[in-house]
Amino acid sequence: MSIESLRVQSWPGSYEPAAKPRVGFFTDTSVCIGCKACEVACKEWNRVPEDGLKFTGDSYDNTGGLGADTWRHVAFIEQQLPLGLDEGAPLVTQAARAELDTVPVHKDAGLRWLMSADVCKHCTEAACLDVCPTGSLFRTEYGTVVVQEDICNGCGYCIPACPFGVLDQRKDDGRAWKCTLCYDRLKDDQEPACAKACPTDSIQFGELDELRHQADERLRVLKHGGVAEARLYGRDDQDGVGGFGAFFLLLDEPEVYGLPPDPRVCTRDLGETWKAAAAAAAVLVGTVLATFAGHRP
Amino acid sequence: MGTSFGRGGATTFQQDLQNSDCIVIMGSNMAENHPVGFQWPMEAKRRGAKLIHIDPRFSRTSAVSDLHVPIRAGSDIAFLGGVINYILERGRWFEEYVKAYTNAATIIGEEFRDTEDLDGLFSGWDADTSSYNTSTWQYEGFATTAAAGQREEGASLGEQAHGAHSGELNGGAPPSVDPTLTNPRCVFQLLRKHYARYTPEFVAQVCGVPPELFEQVAEALCENSGRERTSAFVYSVGWTQHSVGVQYIRAAAIVQLLLGNMGRPGGGIMALRGHASIQGSTDIPTLYNILPGYLPMPHPVVHPSLAAYVEAMTPEAGFWGHADAYATSLLKAWWGEQATEENDYCFDYLPRITGDHSHYTTVADMIEGKVEGYFVMGENPVVGSANARMQRLGLAKLKWLVVRDFVEIETAAFWRDSVEIEAGEVRPEEIDTEVFLMPAAAHTEKDGTFTNTQRLLQWHHKAIEPPGDARSELWFMYHLGQRVREKLAASADPKDRPILELTWDYPTEGRHDDPSAEAVLAEINGCGPDGQPLSGYTDLKADGSTSCGCWIYCGCFAEGVNQTARRKPGSEQSWVAPEWGWAWPMNRRIIYNRASADPEGNPWSERKRYVWWDAEKAKWTGHDVPDFKVDMPPDYVPDDDATAEDALRGDAPFIMQADGRGWLFVPSGLTDGPLPTHYEPVESPFPNLLYERDANPAAQRLWNSENPYHPSHGHPGTDVFPYVAMTYRLTEHHTAGGMSRTLPYLAELQPEFFCEVSPELAAERELEHAGWATIVTARGAVEARVMVTSRLRPLVVHGRPVHQVGLPYHWGRLGYSKGDSANELLGIAMDSNVHISEYKVSTCDIRPGRRPRGRELRKLVEAYRTRAGIG
Repeated sequence: MSIESLRVQSWPGSYEPAAKPRVGFFTDTSVCIGCKACEVACKEWNRVPEDGLKFTGDSYDNTGGLGADTWRHVAFIEQQLPLGLDEGAPLVTQAARAELDTVPVHKDAGLRWLMSADVCKHCTEAACLDVCPTGSLFRTEYGTVVVQEDICNGCGYCIPACPFGVLDQRKDDGRAWKCTLCYDRLKDDQEPACAKACPTDSIQFGELDELRHQADERLRVLKHGGVAEARLYGRDDQDGVGGFGAFFLLLDEPEVYGLPPDPRVCTRDLGETWKAAAAAAAVLVGTVLATFAGHRP
Repeated sequence: MGTSFGRGGATTFQQDLQNSDCIVIMGSNMAENHPVGFQWPMEAKRRGAKLIHIDPRFSRTSAVSDLHVPIRAGSDIAFLGGVINYILERGRWFEEYVKAYTNAATIIGEEFRDTEDLDGLFSGWDADTSSYNTSTWQYEGFATTAAAGQREEGASLGEQAHGAHSGELNGGAPPSVDPTLTNPRCVFQLLRKHYARYTPEFVAQVCGVPPELFEQVAEALCENSGRERTSAFVYSVGWTQHSVGVQYIRAAAIVQLLLGNMGRPGGGIMALRGHASIQGSTDIPTLYNILPGYLPMPHPVVHPSLAAYVEAMTPEAGFWGHADAYATSLLKAWWGEQATEENDYCFDYLPRITGDHSHYTTVADMIEGKVEGYFVMGENPVVGSANARMQRLGLAKLKWLVVRDFVEIETAAFWRDSVEIEAGEVRPEEIDTEVFLMPAAAHTEKDGTFTNTQRLLQWHHKAIEPPGDARSELWFMYHLGQRVREKLAASADPKDRPILELTWDYPTEGRHDDPSAEAVLAEINGCGPDGQPLSGYTDLKADGSTSCGCWIYCGCFAEGVNQTARRKPGSEQSWVAPEWGWAWPMNRRIIYNRASADPEGNPWSERKRYVWWDAEKAKWTGHDVPDFKVDMPPDYVPDDDATAEDALRGDAPFIMQADGRGWLFVPSGLTDGPLPTHYEPVESPFPNLLYERDANPAAQRLWNSENPYHPSHGHPGTDVFPYVAMTYRLTEHHTAGGMSRTLPYLAELQPEFFCEVSPELAAERELEHAGWATIVTARGAVEARVMVTSRLRPLVVHGRPVHQVGLPYHWGRLGYSKGDSANELLGIAMDSNVHISEYKVSTCDIRPGRRPRGRELRKLVEAYRTRAGIG
């Protein structure tokens, strides 16, 4: 089944004429200041429970990652590029020397602090939705992917299906939870809480086609300004999940942010797999039949 | 700001930062602590501006800046002095602007001596009182009296001071000027001499900033200033919380005047206040030494009558020339009908200042048993103020304490839960203080205004009733006043008249009899003899016919409309958005905006057009409300008998100043010098490279056995506290934590007190990442989780590495997320202008592991004191 046919089938196909333009997020990490307003706004609006006081030591990230109780997660990545100093010299001496002469005078001697607000990608081809046996996970009229909490039976199939590890089971109720792209707010013509709270417009909400244009332009400006490492992630609808509904502008490889470099929807090869299995079964049956046939005098 | 330009407020507004070509953020972590406003620097960056962050730490602000310059905490004047020297020596100053709009040409009296002459002291130093007599700092030929802002005898108010300065102007100019700027006693030459030694090499030695990096900043500022371009400075409490804090800001003021960036779009100095309505709390002060609108608190000897009071704060020229109208209108607002010409408008009802009653002096007085009662509202001093132990010891000596807050904060619980109680040093049953904890309403539960960082008054409507017994501060103060008045109703004692005759008659509303906040705002705005609201402070009269609760706020209720509640969307008005809230003074968003035009009244450039003279209509016009007499032509020259604003020239944009000019050199209004000078912090591992005197001689120290200072360079014991400590805030928490540590969604984001150290310091002291460390000073010891990060790194100062320890100060013993308070560590050492303590830099030791418990904790601190030779 082609991506296009999948898309048309689930959205907007089944909603005509109630389908709305597909919406999503463009998260531009180059202007993220790591304030975590998105995390808090998300939890406040969606009544997501607090999930523990744990000092992780992982830079300013005490949230850890997306989960049943975290639908927006700001990652903090501290990077120090090598300074070309003597190995083996005491650290203080190295630092001192770096200050005095060898450090090129720009960008704080190669120190970077990357921040990025991760979220459910609302994939074009969403494995979670494909594997959900109850129909709890569904594609909305906005093209987003939502778990219906009153239908989910906690089977957990969606959890390993997601290539990003977004879906998660809430310990005390067993159901799966994730970002709804504020489905309730969309119905009231309100933008999602995280985008509303973001002070620097790092999280932009809108119609996906428009966001993609904006992202292309932003990338062009950054590249033009010498930010060679800038790239879009999830922008391409030919990728392994048919493009993200919530895509990103990153300043390094996706792995640096804890994101898979080449995510693939696990159900994509299902047709091929079944075909192969059917062929194998046919051969097997044929062989068996041939064997019996061979015995006949 | 007040002494340099005339008003103690940010000169611009955050939205205007988008017009900057270069923004220097220094003494501020704007992205973390003002994230919403930070969208404007980000917008400027999008438009191609250069964003520079100068800070000891690589913070979230540094992360998105074009350039981060790590600097040793407490060395900013050395850096800024370097920039001043760079501008002067390389001829990068904006000549036409400097000559026309600053006091560069003014000649200073013969008796003045610079720190370069007296090894770190200005003339007028009195060693007995450790203070300056400022008479030798005056303009030549100016017979000066006290500046407005001068309060306590022999001391004045620094940042809150205004540039009143008495003396005769000749045709709008001081008597003695040298337009060629060559006279060795003119301000320009004094400046040159004062900063001659602030070379890039000096900056490197003192600040730990390599010369190339320093020059990159200086050059960025110079090339982004001038007719076509403007640069802005942004600062916050990273500048104010020093023993030379006011002078940090002064140094930036000098840079901005020399580069011609004041009063212009994309320029100015953006003072970011520490939290909501801090600007408001100095405008309508919660301070002991000023009255609303920065009028001084009268002194019993210096100000025996209203006439004497007014005379002392009235210069010959500038808008302070109407101080009589401002003072009389305030008295009319407070005592209404009772205030008459015959009784000096109840001037004698005003309290008189009797000495220093600032926060820390009051705490010391408490310990000595001199204070009976204490109201704490919107503060948590046991966590948020320096020397937390002194705070608690002081509270324990009170008769009563009222704390109003959302929850039981550490200040309210000091009697049952503290380090001293844990150690058995103090027992709850021995504390006689009666504590009243009263639930407070949140801002969504009451009407009122915030006056935010850019002088902008914004109304907030009550959305819901406060829960249970929670009430607003307004409700509390109003009903407390009513009860006091009821109790005094039968009194014939003259000392009770001021309270009984107060206009205390606000209408009440709702089921809790809330006084109408709009009625209070209307009183602040003031009204004329017909009872109609006034439209601006130029309407105020000294004859008792007008009343006004705060002259700079006059106009916020113009035409009977609550101007502060205006919320016209930005898309429906100009980018200046004059119909969003209301800014003092007179709804001006950039003040001193006359300077956005050249002396002839034309914009300096098309690109930076803002306010200009429309010759056809014979008035000033532009994108903002002109901060100038609207029909005074640019070529106006005053007659000798002109007064107030009419005594200033048509090309003098700083209309609050007695000479209408921006002050590179401040002849009066400051206690610790007319020019910023590099001094080491009160606690520093290093000597002052410039002078024998290490610290600011005029810094205010608090001599108390509970407030010992560490030995500084050159004294034995300095090496016991070898590291520089600095305190700051995180995005995730709110100041002393009462509004964030109690909330699970915020607490989980930063659940524990941690310290930030460089990998080098961690190696030196064997600190384990995510483990525990104990930080020790002579005041106390705290434990914190360890964050080892390259965002902090050793700097090379005076040729050797120095480590800095970062301490977010939000935590305390109560709430959902608990931890030790960084303020257990800090001593109290203050700027003498504003009595703000040096929170941002001190010295400390750090060691691996958790701190001892109980009595052992005090023993550890005592052992350190002994080793450092502290008695």
